[in-house]
Amino acid sequence: MEGLPILSLMMLVPLAGALACLFVGANLARWVALGATLATFGLGIILWSSYQIGGPQWQFTERADLFAGFSYALGIDGISLLLIMLSVFLMPICILASWDAIKKRVGEYMAAFLFMEVLMIGTFAAQDLFLFYVFFEAGLIPMYLIIGVWGGDNRIYASYKFFLYTLLGSVLMLIAMFWMVAEAGTSDIPTLMQYDFPAEAQTWLWLAFFASFAVKVPMWPLHTWLPDAHVQAPTAGSVILAGVLLKLGGYGFIRFSLPMFPEASADFAWLVFILSMIAVVYTSLVALVQADMKKLIAYSSVAHMAIVTVGLFAFNVQGLEGAVIIMLSHGLVSGALFLCVGVIYDRLHTREIARYGGLAINMPYYALFFLLFTMASIGLPGTSGFVGEFLALAGIYQTSSLVALVATTGIILGAAYMLYLYRRVAFGGQVNEDAAAMRDISAREWVMMAPIAAAVLWMGVYPESFLAPMRADIAVLDARLAATAPASDASLAPGAPREEAANALHHDNAAGEGAH
Amino acid sequence: MHPILIIVFAPLLAALIAGLGNRMIGNVAAKSVTTGALFLSAGLSWPIFLGFLGGDQNAEVIEVLKWVESGSLNFDWSLRVDALTAVMLVVINSVSALVHLYSWGYMEEDPDQPRFFAYLSLFTFAMLMLVTADNLVQMFFGWEGVGLASYLLIGFWFRKPSAGAAAIKAFVVNRVGDLGFMLGIFGTFLVFQTTSITEILAAAPAMSGSTITFVGMRLYTMDILCILLFIGAMGKSAQLGLHTWLPDAMEGPTPVSALIHAATMVTAGVFMLCRLSPMFETAPTALTIVTIVGAATCFFAATIGTTQWDIKRVIAYSTCSQLGYMFFAAGVGAYGVAMFHLFTHAFFKALLFLGAGSVIHAMHHEQDMRYYGGLRKRIPLTFYAMLAGTLAITGVGVLGVFGFAGFYSKDAILEAAWARGTGVSQFAFWAGAIAALLTSFYSWRLMFLTFWGKPRWALSEHIQHAVHHGHDDPDHANPPKQEDAGHDAHHSVPSPHEDDGTAGYHPHESPVAMLIPLGVLTLGAIFAGFAFKYDFIDGEAFWGGSIYFNENLIHALHVVPLWVKLTATIVMLLGLAGAYFAYIAKPDIPGKFVATFGALHNFVYRKWYFDELYDAIFVKPAFWFGRQFWKLGDIGTIDRFGPNGIAWVVERSAGAAKSIQSGYVYTYALIMLLGLVAAITFVLL
Repeated sequence: MEGLPILSLMMLVPLAGALACLFVGANLARWVALGATLATFGLGIILWSSYQIGGPQWQFTERADLFAGFSYALGIDGISLLLIMLSVFLMPICILASWDAIKKRVGEYMAAFLFMEVLMIGTFAAQDLFLFYVFFEAGLIPMYLIIGVWGGDNRIYASYKFFLYTLLGSVLMLIAMFWMVAEAGTSDIPTLMQYDFPAEAQTWLWLAFFASFAVKVPMWPLHTWLPDAHVQAPTAGSVILAGVLLKLGGYGFIRFSLPMFPEASADFAWLVFILSMIAVVYTSLVALVQADMKKLIAYSSVAHMAIVTVGLFAFNVQGLEGAVIIMLSHGLVSGALFLCVGVIYDRLHTREIARYGGLAINMPYYALFFLLFTMASIGLPGTSGFVGEFLALAGIYQTSSLVALVATTGIILGAAYMLYLYRRVAFGGQVNEDAAAMRDISAREWVMMAPIAAAVLWMGVYPESFLAPMRADIAVLDARLAATAPASDASLAPGAPREEAANALHHDNAAGEGAH
Repeated sequence: MHPILIIVFAPLLAALIAGLGNRMIGNVAAKSVTTGALFLSAGLSWPIFLGFLGGDQNAEVIEVLKWVESGSLNFDWSLRVDALTAVMLVVINSVSALVHLYSWGYMEEDPDQPRFFAYLSLFTFAMLMLVTADNLVQMFFGWEGVGLASYLLIGFWFRKPSAGAAAIKAFVVNRVGDLGFMLGIFGTFLVFQTTSITEILAAAPAMSGSTITFVGMRLYTMDILCILLFIGAMGKSAQLGLHTWLPDAMEGPTPVSALIHAATMVTAGVFMLCRLSPMFETAPTALTIVTIVGAATCFFAATIGTTQWDIKRVIAYSTCSQLGYMFFAAGVGAYGVAMFHLFTHAFFKALLFLGAGSVIHAMHHEQDMRYYGGLRKRIPLTFYAMLAGTLAITGVGVLGVFGFAGFYSKDAILEAAWARGTGVSQFAFWAGAIAALLTSFYSWRLMFLTFWGKPRWALSEHIQHAVHHGHDDPDHANPPKQEDAGHDAHHSVPSPHEDDGTAGYHPHESPVAMLIPLGVLTLGAIFAGFAFKYDFIDGEAFWGGSIYFNENLIHALHVVPLWVKLTATIVMLLGLAGAYFAYIAKPDIPGKFVATFGALHNFVYRKWYFDELYDAIFVKPAFWFGRQFWKLGDIGTIDRFGPNGIAWVVERSAGAAKSIQSGYVYTYALIMLLGLVAAITFVLL
């Protein structure tokens, strides 16, 4: 694989597919899109298998200086690798999910998806600050179009909200980027990750980036665009939105905020903690009262992503690795949950929970998949959800037991709203005749769900496959953060050990004659 | 291949075959493969247990697969086999194998048998992973795995709304405990930098004097860690405060109640305490709490048991109460005794549940004891099995001669509590003694109402249904409703004048597949105490360091005054006499009692109002806050002043802004492009 510009190739294949889709008929466009995404996934497997664990930090680097300091520079570390893999894995599934559901302007729709894949890969692979910016912001344009053109009845309002929130953040981030390039004299991301910005400048730089990333995560109270966007988006749009686009915020924190502004990150950790703690409790409770399936899962996403931000700002290896694993896991699981919603939405055209019920009777395999993803969502050990949550919470506990306590209540609330959803959809009697007449999942739907189910279990039982590629990169980041990491609030103080066990009993008073 | 690998993974494999194969492989194949796997596991478990008894088996750990390595936080999938595990292996696999066999008969007419057997085997696998865990995280895996299986089995008859509700309740209440368990693991990792149980136990004594801050409180390190872990144990073992899910869990099929909600899963908390006993022994405050909670639970649950009408609920509260005994035994340091009661309880409580299942089976799914009566002659084998179970749970025996299983273990617990000699242990002793009286009362009440007296079946809806529609009703498998015993006011108490009270119904003894497990468990209920008392209570060599063994306490336990030794027997006789008096000799007494002490009876009958209380302070507020956050927070505040506010401002502004708003996608692209141009210009300059 030496010398093969595989990252560019992975962007070129879907780009070519996108162009082709614009000019062919609906049916052919579907096959072109599926072929292109599968080919990209194939390249992704080559990428992963040829990625050297323990090799150089940045691999598969490509560089073409364009003008001034701006260059087309690509390269990945383990974290980028995993997120690229997540994207290219979900893409063919999204195409399959849209197979019958999208009936108008199929070519354009497929082109939008493929174009979005190009931009997502670019975002995770970019090594130039401005190149990142272009991919990062442009990646949202296809998403606007997907919601705005192929979305539900209230799509205009949803994409308007999405737009407004995002715009605010990106303007501030762009200004910060100018300043950074002027200060450091380079737009090379790996160099900037080692650059020590003055402490006072870090403060506003951190806030400028935070404005952009907090919207993407999304963090409370910048989250209200997400439920609307999800509700209006077509199924595949929701899958990508939850699966990949929400990860851009977390990726931004781990790639920019933490390594570039470590001191400001430590100073603002309290802000992240407070917003995350509110998010866990608040959005979980909101999820509990939702009557719309997609809204419920959207709110649960906000609660889950709050554990990511808590883990990232725990400033230790477990927190960081846990956060990345949650991002991967949530990408799979919430994507799969939206697919589950899509499966029954395609049959009954409603997202209202009360319109279903007793699906375990007429759709047993659907109920099984839905159960698996529900359990993964609430972090059952053996699924991917547990590994990430456990590590991130173990990480934050070492920094603050209070934050850990509040964040861990998410496991109770999460179980409550997800099982309540599952009960209303899959359990109970068949109260609605049309819901009772729905057939079980088709072969196409099997092909969509089974790979995600396998990945969820794989990541839960043997997460080493996913931890190993990023271990060295997290270690580098952890070392960079070590100097500013806040002290543990546990302040463990040694004391003289007790001389005997708590229930020690001596022979002299062992005759049982009352208390001693 | 080490036999433990087969013991643990055969049930998983069987569960996958039965669950995924389901209708493709059919009922008989699914049932055979799961039941076969469990008998195989049980057959392989007994030699290991006997090996530890004989002293020729050593503790070992078998590595299976790496699990997680994150910085200094490492844990693997591995199987630990020592004496403590061996006890659990025989309990779990024996009861599970028998329950599988029993279910061949009990679930005969159910349309969903492969699913049921798959869940049972899956449960067994998770429970085995729990008891073979060598690190806290794998224990937590098993812990949650059994929680999942419990959820699925309680909700097995998911068409019934009450089953779905009970399943969620069980899972969520357990999650409250799991919150404690998880924080306990995090704290343990923080302090010891490991989750390996062996390493933690070795390092714990050195940390016993240290202090730590937890959520702003300065506490002894070991106390807070053990309290957090114990909260997990309280959830799983349905201790006071987190017990509310267990009675509702009776919505599951009766074999499930026997296996999960009596013999195995609910004892996981006790197992955890024993597994971590050297750690708990460094935490006196935590142990005091364990003792108090255990003693309070054993009394509290026993009071409720005396008033319930649903036969399964009586046994459920009985289980809750017996678990309390095990906890306070552990709390006072008698871990071997706690494990002994766990062991004997598994046999006699599984027997009582399966016996109750046999009664329910005979009575066409009627569970209300007010509509039983006179069944002794009709289903004699079930009667004798239940009788053995009752003799075992009430602790019948003659000191120094022979006793049923519970006689040895319960006596030992009371003696240990007395011998420990602290104020708290005295409290536990008296709570346990009163609970033993109540145990005897409610157990015999159950027997007398069910098997003695005249038949009172005529007013049972289930029996009427059976008589009018015949036995092979299609909805037999999913009984349409089995209402709370407390809420069926439409049943009137049958009057003695009505013919013979049978309504012409003829209960049948259960099939052989159900009677064999009853027979085997009957042997266990009779002999398990007598046969193993020495090894469990005094067998320091048997335990081989797998639990903290308090030699002085065991010595003291054997020399308590004679009246202490006789206490259990005396209160047992009092309870029996009370039940005989109230339900055989003078059957009008209970009614008069209820009339006189209505408020007290209602308080106990309504389970001390825990459900109502929790509903008022947790469930309703959660939904209320959820709605407020949504309507007033998200919509009323954030959106109103955020995006909608901006839109409002824009609309009120110049007309030029309107075009921006309508074409926002393109505008956005334009703004981005402008930004880029600016960036390039900036860099070029």
